[in-house]
Amino acid sequence: MRLILGYLIGVIFGIGILVSGMANPAKVLNFFDIAGAWDPSLAFVMGGALGVTFLGYRLVLKRASPLTDVKFHLPTKTDIDARLVAGSATFGVGWGIAGFCPGGALPALGTGNPSVMIFVAALVVGIWIATWAQRRLPVAA
Amino acid sequence: METNFTPLMSLAGGVLIGLAAVLLMATLGRIMGATGVLTGVVMPYRPSDWSWRAAVLAGMVSAPVLAVLFTGFRPEIAVPVTPLMLVVGGLLVGVGVTFGAGCTSGHGVCGTARLSPRSLVATGVFMAATFVTVFVVRHLVGV
Repeated sequence: MRLILGYLIGVIFGIGILVSGMANPAKVLNFFDIAGAWDPSLAFVMGGALGVTFLGYRLVLKRASPLTDVKFHLPTKTDIDARLVAGSATFGVGWGIAGFCPGGALPALGTGNPSVMIFVAALVVGIWIATWAQRRLPVAA
Repeated sequence: METNFTPLMSLAGGVLIGLAAVLLMATLGRIMGATGVLTGVVMPYRPSDWSWRAAVLAGMVSAPVLAVLFTGFRPEIAVPVTPLMLVVGGLLVGVGVTFGAGCTSGHGVCGTARLSPRSLVATGVFMAATFVTVFVVRHLVGV
């Protein structure tokens, strides 16, 4: 049951990404290129996604638990540390260079586009390297 | 490369992304983050967390196949960067989202909707970094 739900939700997310234009690097990069061929479409993606999630979470999180689990698994970390800031900055630089973010690239994998495969392969290697490095860094870094 | 302004399609896509986030929280009680999903699949540390993430990932990847089968819709994917930029960008994104513990979906949508201070900071930082990077790449380096 959980796996069927997960699969269907993945499909909805994927269709949303494809329809929105987030899987299209030309469109994503133009959103960030205010000094050039600016395309403000992605503000509408963020607006739609945030509006629905903001309202929906308020309804859902009032409940005692999700349908198929005993509790909600919400992030518990609250500290704004160097790791969060440096990591997010690094992500932004990579996004600006390649034009894909993880959520945009994963659904695009199913199109068989070779550029997406190159990006996702590098993305996975990056995750492996960083996970390996994180385990060797002191916790307070 | 010019792209068309598509406010309605983009808004509709965004609503579906939000719907997926709300449904995942309502059913499995989880944050809909592409980083978390992918990391859980390629770095499995608990089998129980692997299976639902693999199911979500399978749904995401099959979305374009289902779209073309049932509606004939083929999304445009135009890549105005070189393969080297995809590799360098992909590595940086992978390292960044691991240290930053999230990306556009996890921090940008789910965390921001929860008004999580960590997610608000992360989203502000990566959006700013992307704006600066695109300016540097396109207007200073000129790729």
